[in-house]
Amino acid sequence: MTLAPGRKKEKLDRLAELSAVHDDERGVSLWQEALRRLRRNPAAIVGAVILTVFVLVAVIGPFLVPHEPTDTMGIREGVVKSGQGLIPGPSADHWLGYDHQGRDEFSRMVVGARQTLLVGIVATLIGLTIGVLIGGVAGAAAGLGGRWGRLVDSVLMRIVDMMLSLPSLLLAVSVAALLGPGLTTVMIAVGVVSVPIFARLLRGSMIAQANRDYVVAASSLGVRESKIAISHILPNSLAPVIVQATLTLATAIIEVAALSFLGLGNPDSAVPEWGLMLADAQPYLGIRPELAIYPAVGIIITALGFTLLGEAMREALDPKLRR
Amino acid sequence: MPLLDVRDLSVTFARRGQRTVHAVDGVSFSVDAGEVVGLVGESGCGKSVTSLALMGLLPRQRGVRVGGSADFDGTDLLKLDPRSMRDVRGRDIAMIFQDPLSSLNPVVPIGIQVTEVLVRHRGMSGDAARKEAAELLDRVGIPDPTRRLKEYPHQLSGGMRQRALIAMAVACRPRLLIADEPTTALDVTIQAQILELLKELVRDSGTALIMITHDLGVVAGMCDTINVLYAGRVVETARRKELFAGRRHPYTVGLLASIPRLDAGRGEKLTPIRGSVRDVLPWTEGCAFAPRCDRRTEACVGEPPAMTPTHTGHEFRCVNPFPLSQPEEARV
Repeated sequence: MTLAPGRKKEKLDRLAELSAVHDDERGVSLWQEALRRLRRNPAAIVGAVILTVFVLVAVIGPFLVPHEPTDTMGIREGVVKSGQGLIPGPSADHWLGYDHQGRDEFSRMVVGARQTLLVGIVATLIGLTIGVLIGGVAGAAAGLGGRWGRLVDSVLMRIVDMMLSLPSLLLAVSVAALLGPGLTTVMIAVGVVSVPIFARLLRGSMIAQANRDYVVAASSLGVRESKIAISHILPNSLAPVIVQATLTLATAIIEVAALSFLGLGNPDSAVPEWGLMLADAQPYLGIRPELAIYPAVGIIITALGFTLLGEAMREALDPKLRR
Repeated sequence: MPLLDVRDLSVTFARRGQRTVHAVDGVSFSVDAGEVVGLVGESGCGKSVTSLALMGLLPRQRGVRVGGSADFDGTDLLKLDPRSMRDVRGRDIAMIFQDPLSSLNPVVPIGIQVTEVLVRHRGMSGDAARKEAAELLDRVGIPDPTRRLKEYPHQLSGGMRQRALIAMAVACRPRLLIADEPTTALDVTIQAQILELLKELVRDSGTALIMITHDLGVVAGMCDTINVLYAGRVVETARRKELFAGRRHPYTVGLLASIPRLDAGRGEKLTPIRGSVRDVLPWTEGCAFAPRCDRRTEACVGEPPAMTPTHTGHEFRCVNPFPLSQPEEARV
């Protein structure tokens, strides 16, 4: 079969066009695909709804609360009106009743949501940033750096191992003890505790990527190791880290509450925080157990929301489960 | 003087507690400028390791040892430090890999991956690089290149991905291309297109090409010179026509005989080479192919066979080769 070069080219072009047609369904990136799968997962929907409500409450709730969360004066009226004793229960005016100092419990829950979310997010971000830095350097060094790289990796990972070998609450308590009680302390403590998880996760996933064909292909084109690590390996390794961040938000909220409960948080009860409210409610469990139940339920539901969404994201981003 | 002259290339992988593996065991061949050279052999014969060694892409760790020399235009690639080797890769020598899907970064659009080479070696930036990238895609036969640049690897068909990889490899007009099984992961019609494209690129740009494959059909259509590898050594080397007309080494004969033929009768079985690649005699103890060879004699075991040169440049490593005049014997 002999064709003139021009006709041959034409034929090839047409073949290329034909082969292009069947995969022309509008393409989606990894994240769009993951989002599509998330929308089909009922657990993800539930988690997302819980979180949306929680975030809305945390962000705009404090502007809409019916009472000042620090106002202790309304209690006189409440005691007289309700005739339920010194800590009146729910009424039309005070939906969740009063707390032990005569402040509106509902308003405190709403304002507390903002504190909880803020502390949880900042703590997770601290852990994420440090963890990604350590894990990223270690992963890149181990994957591409040769003998010296492996040394750097070993040193970093032994440090992380040491952090990992301490019980997380104990580590948090030590950090808190070192820095003195306060919200900043709690955020740093909870953040530091989550560093090892992020570091190990990212390093592992980067090392796995370092042997992939596209990395060899990129280095066969003379691309620098640093560039390969940052623009090829890192983006492919981030998915599990992002999932972990969502799950860590859940544990961070619980740990923040736990540390506040233990008295390591902001000691000023004028700033409502769910863990602190829980601690404050302790002496009154016999008379008004609801005061402990409200913040506890708040903590559980938010943590559940983050966990549900995190698990669903893990499934959606897992290439092995991809159909 | 050849563009690339590989002498006694050897690669060994050693691991504590295990026998040292001689993946490449003294391979020598040369490539002239603009020439297409085929490295042929079955899995495990050392083809890919040879190419990775030449590119300096073998893992740098204890236990991996590369020996011999690879003279590329006056510099020995194997002695180059990692930094200078990185400059050579992509600019002077580029490589095309077997599996186009896994060789492209799944989360980075094609355009960024193509421009990366241009930025790295040709110092281009921004719009100029994007424009050049689109031209490259156009040159390798990808329709609507500006749109394709924004797409991700999974949105392209297999053939188009391989075209994109080829575009990246030829972006800096390298003097030597190494294609490692470039068509194995593609279906047959696409294979033909990709081979056609490679031929065209070689013809137009004068790039030399090392074609690594297990498919003699591929080399038959493309290569000027063919090196047949077995167990890490070249066992036969010849110009294409001579090899197909007058193959001498029993392994080459076996390879050719095992290709399915269009003119074979219905129900006729393929002729395999008996045994498997694992039945290898170390070269130091004789001919590595001897355990599988039908023409084995006493002389095959004992000392390694040397390359027998002929006046045409056809060389083979066999003490009892097929006689020159009767190529029909190959069909037995």
